Amino acid sequence: MANIGYEHVICDPDKCIGCRLCEYACSLTKTGAFDPSMSRIRVVRIEPVTMTAITCRLCEDAPCIIACPRDALTRSQEDGHILVDEDRCDGCGWCIEACDFGAIVLDPKTKDAAICDLCQDQENGPRCVEVCPKDALELTTPEKLRQKTRRAVVARLFEELLEQ
Amino acid sequence: MMYSYTGKILHVDLSTRKSWVQEVDADFLKKYIGGVGLATRLAYDNVPPGADPLGPENALCFACSVFAGTTMPVGTKHGVAFKSPLTGTIGDCLSGSHFSEMFRRAGWDGIVITGKASDWTVLFIDDDDVQFLDGNRYVGMGTTETQEAVRGHFGDENVRVSSIGPAGENLVRFALIDNDGRQVGRCGPGAVMGSKKLKAIAVRGSQPITVADPEELFKETLKLIETSQGPGTAKYRTLGTPSNVLNMNAMGVLPTRNFRETVFEGAETISGEYIEQHHKIKSVGCSGCSIACEQWAEVREGKYKGSRIGLDYEPLFAVGSNCGIDSMPAVIHMVQIEDELGMDAMSCGVVVSFAMECYEQGILTKEDFGGLEPNFGNDDAAVKLIEMIAHREGIGDVLAEGVRRAAEQIGKGSEHFAMHIKGLELPGYDVRSLQTFAMGMAVGTRGGCHNRALSYELDVKGVVDRFSLDPSRGKMHMEKENFACILDCLVLCKFLRNCFDDFYPDVARIFTLTTGIPMTAEELEEVPVRVHNLKKAFNIRQGWTKEDDWLPPRVLKDPIPSGPSKGAVINPDDLRVTIEAYYEARGWTSEGLIPKSLLIELGLDDIAEDIGVEEAVADIAGSE
Repeated sequence: MANIGYEHVICDPDKCIGCRLCEYACSLTKTGAFDPSMSRIRVVRIEPVTMTAITCRLCEDAPCIIACPRDALTRSQEDGHILVDEDRCDGCGWCIEACDFGAIVLDPKTKDAAICDLCQDQENGPRCVEVCPKDALELTTPEKLRQKTRRAVVARLFEELLEQ
Repeated sequence: MMYSYTGKILHVDLSTRKSWVQEVDADFLKKYIGGVGLATRLAYDNVPPGADPLGPENALCFACSVFAGTTMPVGTKHGVAFKSPLTGTIGDCLSGSHFSEMFRRAGWDGIVITGKASDWTVLFIDDDDVQFLDGNRYVGMGTTETQEAVRGHFGDENVRVSSIGPAGENLVRFALIDNDGRQVGRCGPGAVMGSKKLKAIAVRGSQPITVADPEELFKETLKLIETSQGPGTAKYRTLGTPSNVLNMNAMGVLPTRNFRETVFEGAETISGEYIEQHHKIKSVGCSGCSIACEQWAEVREGKYKGSRIGLDYEPLFAVGSNCGIDSMPAVIHMVQIEDELGMDAMSCGVVVSFAMECYEQGILTKEDFGGLEPNFGNDDAAVKLIEMIAHREGIGDVLAEGVRRAAEQIGKGSEHFAMHIKGLELPGYDVRSLQTFAMGMAVGTRGGCHNRALSYELDVKGVVDRFSLDPSRGKMHMEKENFACILDCLVLCKFLRNCFDDFYPDVARIFTLTTGIPMTAEELEEVPVRVHNLKKAFNIRQGWTKEDDWLPPRVLKDPIPSGPSKGAVINPDDLRVTIEAYYEARGWTSEGLIPKSLLIELGLDDIAEDIGVEEAVADIAGSE
């Protein structure tokens, strides 16, 4: 793998308008119905202007995998997303407690943990990214993000220097 | 099989603390769709003729959008209808965001609230479980403060709340209902809620929303979400509606000092551009909205430091230019306290400007104002007046009745400049300089409102001569009224209106993908005609007469004194013939009544029995 770190969905809070279309689209994709409580991505909106979306960050040393007492959680060899073995998972919720981001949801129907799988079965990638009207959501890796941040800061500094 | 809809209307009687479920079928829902259409039908069926708007017999009727909680952009909304304590006619309002989604997910197409609780109550609708909780602990709290407190009580962010503020508790006639910082704003719904001793409605829904064809619907809505980032919404996405300030000022349309003038010398510092440069925090969207028109602004220094609010043009004009106030910090502060106290900022601003003109003309004195000197431009006095109105203190008690009733009480010629139609205070466009719009508001079913028709577009875009009236405007206005009405029934935000290739066929298809109910473009086009006649029928049954379709004296007598619209005034004879042309276009009699045959044609047979008239022999207007 060329980049260090796995691809995951991040949200730029400056661009996020709190519309929650990502939740609607995610739940539709994963459950066939609009049901934000089942969405793998959730918008946190601390009224009135503080808002961002949170989903699984595919942590390098994922605490959810470590926490699971039944070894139901493993990492996909392909893209690193967290796989849930439905036969082993019995919905105890320790992974939910272990997750620092509140990114795991317990499906009341299957009684299993449900985690963002980056919509690997979707042609156009994650549905939340596709639906986001303000391009606040992005599929990226820590390395790509570092590169982007560096370029942005240099561009800004030089712009300011030129202005002086 | 029906999707999205549940076919269930929840009825709640606060007097007896009982609730029951009314079942409705697909044919019924297809006729009214949802939002304002369904809410108006529920109001017609549940508000008896002659009802006291602030009595237990008035019904507060909520109806969800069929698209709430789906990816259909700007469709997560709901309508509310009731008999308005300001106008005595239909009060049909809209709001949106998280509350609407929970409303849909709780499994209800509509909620009808009647009766009066014996003490302050919070109604909690937890899916199909209805609870009546003590509301006393929230009395005196502001609107969003109440929502946070109620949510805190349950400890669950999935509880979404509609609430009133102190103004609603005190039956201020233009009090509003707030949910998620969005407002069921006009016509006084908060006073109706207050009269029922209902402080808040909390809703929690846990049901998934199923739709007929999820994949196709997703594709269609994705296209619309993309289009909604294009030129059709540019105005709303960049500066939001406050961009109107400089545009309206340049055209000589910006109401200034209680509609005396139409150009404001201080427009620059209350403009959208000024907010962007000095006060903007962020653009924010409602739940399900891809546009994000709401421009959050804050005051960073000075006596109003720390005030912050999402600003729109209408509140801005009302407390800004119309009160002669050119300070954006003062505007931000006033709109914030109006929202939190729970009053319609449009009506309230016009009420304050009315009081200012009473003061400047010597009709009311410093003593009447309890020591205040509310000259135009005095923001300290305006802030104080807003608080006095919400709490009905001193002169605030009179002003809390709205300008029509206040002018009746105050007299001394103040009726001349009481700027209302049917009792509802005017919006932010001087109607002498937008005359198609003026006629449209005169005949409007809820009075002085810009939002139930889009006919100002004809005037502003130069499709017609904006300084005159002629009978051709009757039909033109009707078409704009129908288009606004269908958006209100679906419910879709009006800011999406320029994003469709071919509106009726496109939306009929999306409706069917959502609900599974077949719908043709022609059938959809009939809905607003039916619903508009229904609103009118509601008004007729509540005592409307032709004399109510008229404009305030100032716009018929005082020409605009200066600026690009100088000299403009509405000719009453032209107004009268245009109104009659409008009635004719609607297929009504020259008295503005609805023939039985028309109501039957629209599938409103039961209403034909109530208010329909036989086509009179005298009515030989020669309709086509």
